[in-house]
Amino acid sequence: MLEKTNFKIGLDVGSTTIKCVVLKDDEIIFKSYQRHKAMVKEKSIELLTKIYDEILKNSKAHIAITGSSGMGISKDSGLKFVQEVYATKIAAQKSHSDVDVIIELGGEDAKILFLSGAVEVRMNGSCAGGTGAFIDQMAILLGTSLQEFDKLSLNYEKLYTIASRCGVFAKSDVQPLINQGAQKKDLAASIFQAVVNQTIGGLAQGREITGKVMFLGGPLTFFKGLRERFVDSLNLTEETAIFPKDSEYFVALGAAEYSKQTADPVDLSAAIENLKKAKQMKSNSNLRPLFKNKDEYEKFLNRQNKIDISFKDISEYTGNAYLGIDAGSTTTKIVLITEDNEMLYSKYISNEGEIIPIILESLKEIYSKIYESSEKIKIASSAVTGYGESLIKNAFSLDHGIVETVAHFAAAKYFLPDVDFIIDIGGQDIKCFKLKMGAIDSIMLNEACSSGCGSFLETFATALGYSVSEFANKGLFAKSPVDLGSRCTVFMNSSVKQAQKDGATIEDISAGLSISIVKNAIYKVIRAKSPKDLGEKIVVQGGTFLNDAVLRAFEQELGVDVIRTPISGLMGAYGCALYAKSHASKKSSIATPNELQNFSHTVTSTTCKNCPNNCRLTINRFKDNNIFVSGNKCDRYNNSSSSKTKYNMVEYIYNKLINLPKKFGKRKRIGIPMVLNMYENLPFWTAFFENLGFEVLLSPRSSRDLYITGQHTIPSDTVCYPAKLVHGHIEALVKMGVEWIFYPCMTYNFNEHCGDNHYNCPVVAYYPEIIKSNVKLFPNQTLIMDYIGIDRPEFFEKFAFKIFSKYFDIDKKSIKKATSAAYDEYKKYKQDLKNYAYKAIKHSSENNINIIVLAGRPYHVDPEINHGIDKLISSYGVSVLTSSGVVSDIGQKVETNVLNQWTYHARLYAAAHEVLKHKNMNLIQLVSFGCGVDAITTDEVREILESNNKLYTQIKIDEIDNLGATKIRIRSLLAAIEERNNSEKIQPIDK
Amino acid sequence: MNQQKHCKKHGRIIFTKAMKKTHKLLMPNMLPIHFELIKNILRQEGYDCDLLKSSGSNIVKMGLENVHNDTCYPCLLVVGQFIDALESGKYDKNKTALLITQTGGGCRASNYIHLLRKALKRAGYPQVPVISVNLSGLEKNPGFKLSFRLIKKLASALMYGDMLMLLENQTKPHEQNKGDAEKLTSHWIKKMASQYKNSTGFGKKIMSENFEKIVKDYSEIKIKKTPKVKVGIVGEIYVKYSPLANNNLQKFLEDEGVEVVVPGIMDFIIFKVDNRIVDIDIYGGSKIKRLVCVLFKKYLENIQNIFIQAIKKSGRFSPPSPFEKIKADVGPYIGYGAKMGEGWLLTAEMIELIKSKTENIVCAQPFGCLPNHIVGKGMVRAITKENPNANIVCVDYDPGATRVNQENRIKLMLSTAKERFNEKSHT
Repeated sequence: MLEKTNFKIGLDVGSTTIKCVVLKDDEIIFKSYQRHKAMVKEKSIELLTKIYDEILKNSKAHIAITGSSGMGISKDSGLKFVQEVYATKIAAQKSHSDVDVIIELGGEDAKILFLSGAVEVRMNGSCAGGTGAFIDQMAILLGTSLQEFDKLSLNYEKLYTIASRCGVFAKSDVQPLINQGAQKKDLAASIFQAVVNQTIGGLAQGREITGKVMFLGGPLTFFKGLRERFVDSLNLTEETAIFPKDSEYFVALGAAEYSKQTADPVDLSAAIENLKKAKQMKSNSNLRPLFKNKDEYEKFLNRQNKIDISFKDISEYTGNAYLGIDAGSTTTKIVLITEDNEMLYSKYISNEGEIIPIILESLKEIYSKIYESSEKIKIASSAVTGYGESLIKNAFSLDHGIVETVAHFAAAKYFLPDVDFIIDIGGQDIKCFKLKMGAIDSIMLNEACSSGCGSFLETFATALGYSVSEFANKGLFAKSPVDLGSRCTVFMNSSVKQAQKDGATIEDISAGLSISIVKNAIYKVIRAKSPKDLGEKIVVQGGTFLNDAVLRAFEQELGVDVIRTPISGLMGAYGCALYAKSHASKKSSIATPNELQNFSHTVTSTTCKNCPNNCRLTINRFKDNNIFVSGNKCDRYNNSSSSKTKYNMVEYIYNKLINLPKKFGKRKRIGIPMVLNMYENLPFWTAFFENLGFEVLLSPRSSRDLYITGQHTIPSDTVCYPAKLVHGHIEALVKMGVEWIFYPCMTYNFNEHCGDNHYNCPVVAYYPEIIKSNVKLFPNQTLIMDYIGIDRPEFFEKFAFKIFSKYFDIDKKSIKKATSAAYDEYKKYKQDLKNYAYKAIKHSSENNINIIVLAGRPYHVDPEINHGIDKLISSYGVSVLTSSGVVSDIGQKVETNVLNQWTYHARLYAAAHEVLKHKNMNLIQLVSFGCGVDAITTDEVREILESNNKLYTQIKIDEIDNLGATKIRIRSLLAAIEERNNSEKIQPIDK
Repeated sequence: MNQQKHCKKHGRIIFTKAMKKTHKLLMPNMLPIHFELIKNILRQEGYDCDLLKSSGSNIVKMGLENVHNDTCYPCLLVVGQFIDALESGKYDKNKTALLITQTGGGCRASNYIHLLRKALKRAGYPQVPVISVNLSGLEKNPGFKLSFRLIKKLASALMYGDMLMLLENQTKPHEQNKGDAEKLTSHWIKKMASQYKNSTGFGKKIMSENFEKIVKDYSEIKIKKTPKVKVGIVGEIYVKYSPLANNNLQKFLEDEGVEVVVPGIMDFIIFKVDNRIVDIDIYGGSKIKRLVCVLFKKYLENIQNIFIQAIKKSGRFSPPSPFEKIKADVGPYIGYGAKMGEGWLLTAEMIELIKSKTENIVCAQPFGCLPNHIVGKGMVRAITKENPNANIVCVDYDPGATRVNQENRIKLMLSTAKERFNEKSHT
């Protein structure tokens, strides 16, 4: 009986915070909540010692440790560990026994716990960000405090679509909205909504959230706006939404309860001793230190400092000046240069939400300086680049808007005339490009998933309570930098967690992070193997490289010395100024000081009703009645472009397909979802069913809303977006009340004899199985999802009878007739596409129009999947074709270095070969994020094109509905094509 | 060096008869017991052959540097391990060849061999021949031929491997003298090597005898049977079995005090044969080809039956269910046409585990594994709906995923498992 104690302790060691409760006779007598700043062990010892000395005073206590960083502490101290979700469950059931679902959002984790029915837990997997850390990040991006952020969100007017899957995606959605002048209150609410969508869609994975829902964790405790969004989205009432007291201590409370149930009381002093004794686990890292000693660092600095640029005092200059602005994603850079490229003025400002006032201030400042120097200076030309390019150009009537790559190239050339590789790591993007023969040869941008760039360093530094440079510098002399891998930021977050668990020092983590950023750039974005892959003359730039640690890591990883210009962060703006200088006309159109005095800017938002896209528009109005509209996918509001071409095959195919069904029938209605392979096989099936006397009904146009209606039944959050969309289409058909939904499984596709086999990819082939297991139909509805082969007509006929006679009263003869109608119609359809492509090629070649083959899968013609990339390309006066259109010689096998066994992918290779034959033809490969097969095809297509001196461009698409980065690629590609045409150095390829 | 022959069609280097004498063959390690047996067979066939058992971060590094980073993790590891071995200096790069299996299905895995060749070129080893081990006639090499006899031998090795793995897993958590089971396994690996050397061990009769002897030997290990939480491991085949890929998952579970159940590989082999029959049944095709497959399948099922009977007789060990039974049980969940990757078999293994009272399951897959979206993660909902006691956790493996995250997810599954286990043992 001596062992009895009335003390219970729960210690919750999370990824960023440490929480602790002490209970005496079920009453909380002590609680503590603090950030551990990566010093997990020290803080734990401190806390436990305090409890032991001040509360327990030698008596024993029940204690259990929990939390994602708690495992190590438990091992070292010998104290009991309980998995944190399990601890939550115990606490919840103790305080509210009738809870059905628990939603808990933490710093980096999100969890849903289903208690009623089959107990199930969902945690965010390795690919899901939208959590507390994400909200922190977004608040920094908007330049508000967390409290203010929350307050703003309560008065929102409209919600923007923000990708909900991962913080990085969301960020690239939010930034352009900021730059386009969207209002903070709307953004704040939209960000909360994104978190809600992520939780419901990503986490619940097919299980609906109903009944009484308990909300836990820091963000849900602190943010009223977030709570409101949750309650709204889940249709909860005051009755059914539970926000318990002490919610941030809930997990710790559960641990305390668990300790009582399962473990004997322990003497805390022994555990503390164990912890103190526990050796700092050596992290098994094989990374070199960045610098061995101060000496090495000095040498490095001396080398970098040799590269110079001249400055000139603005008051001493007379003559023309040129203005360059780089309206970047998180920062704005402005420079003014002289006729001799000397720097007169420069500014590097963090955006903090709104971009226009920042630039307005700077321009006023420049003008006042010019005024002070008695107006001896005239701004003769100006140029702007970056995300905010068109907005800024319009707002201040600048002369030129240029694509970022062109700006950076201009600047790099100034420092290193024979530069052959430029890499820019900015706030949230990595841009690199190779230069050949004075033209941009290839461009690599970070794909939405891997933007572990500068802002990550910033967020991490902030989370740990340091400034960026302070944090980065800590790593300079770290003895054994932690190996954090080279994946996206979410992964890095958990790698850091692991490192903390292993007892790595803050110095080692900092150095590891710098190395990680560099590795990310090299292996994820550039995919380089050796310095040779990059080039010999390398210029690095972008704010992130201002950190010596990052620069050093880059040099170490490549094994070559590279050049960082003294204006590393200003290169884009400097390039703009140089461009403005070389493209100056008689008089600059830039706003005069007078105009600036009267400048005003208002933003409103609306939804465009002009086409079914229903784009959300942001309308900027300036004083001079100048209006700038953004958010539109088409070119309706772009004042300049009138050059739209006649041929856009993507649009043509889409319109043709959705108008196929003749919309009549004697028999029953059969519904077909417009998804995946249906974008190719629809003509076949429509003819087949209509011939049998069915009325074929298609699911509606894909849209964001349609996607959301099906989101709750998606079982795998890492499958590609086109597959995820299937759920919405099926839901729509279910709601339409069709009796039959036809969506067959197909291992094989049509055999076009271009490859070694004719498979569908596993997802396309078997997705109907997912529908069968995860989507509920009404009792009177039937899903026809049998396995069918369409590659051999003779077998098709036989098996079609077998299958369809199960469902309908049908005879062999009508199946025979329908079969031949189906094959005929499909043949006709393919012929029609061929004719269209033929005409388009002929017309374009005769009229000197560039052609871009948008090579992807058939379903990439869906505007919700391609996000209007085809229309964007077409708005630059380029003809757009698809891969299925240009492959003229179906039946001719294409030799490849890989196993060429999927029908759609065989077309890709064939299309790439076709592109080689035409001088005015180039290829852009569309890749859906998460498409595993494309890990193979992209390299192969690139090889085919590049070994024949053609440019290769790849665009990864996902649910992100923003064309910002895509525009850069396409404009850069077009700029490169033009350069090549101008230089005439390239021999036309005849094959 | 200049005697290298290249395949006319693709330019790949052919593994010639002469190379059989001069070259060392390296093979990746997927199933530690099975592959050890296979290595021994190949050695006796006259191949100088090594099983790669290396681990460490350099393997991942080599993989990341030499294959597309979005390629599946198994490919990245296999390629990384080969290149790591070539760089280690242990092997003469002009006298080394690599062995890799090729299935030819609609999954990305059929492309590993091509990605390996690309990677070898990148890494500076274009002269290293790569040999495809396949039954589909995909690539041929005069220096490495799969004779019918060799195929039978290899198939028997997989059987023995399954048996040893199953018995070891069922014994280890309960043995009185730690290490007895493992010792017995290596004893039998050696014993089989000498049988193979004497050209025996793979006929039906001798297999039947061996099976009974093995079971008898294991039955004699002293155990103290205490009920334990059971956890099954299913998933993409490489990540499921290879400790390198799954961060030593089995060891982690064992350290948590769990009895681990790992379904054997024989079902996978029968599954692959069965696929060909099903393909003809649902899409049409040659009747003769079908008959050949049916006969081969019968042969395999026959041996599986002997295997099961031998275990049944012991009274101590629980045998796996026959292929046809697990196939029938999965019928309501998924179509037999789903054949890419592990196909319906993965779902079937989960059902089989649940039916045989192993309700806790780790479903391990590479991040972004295409078939797993369907047959793994995609089926969990339907399975738990029908079997409310199922406790399944899906874990992704890739170069960026950290152990702490994976283990945390698994621990959560274990908490529920242990809770239910305690509830049951109290009632």
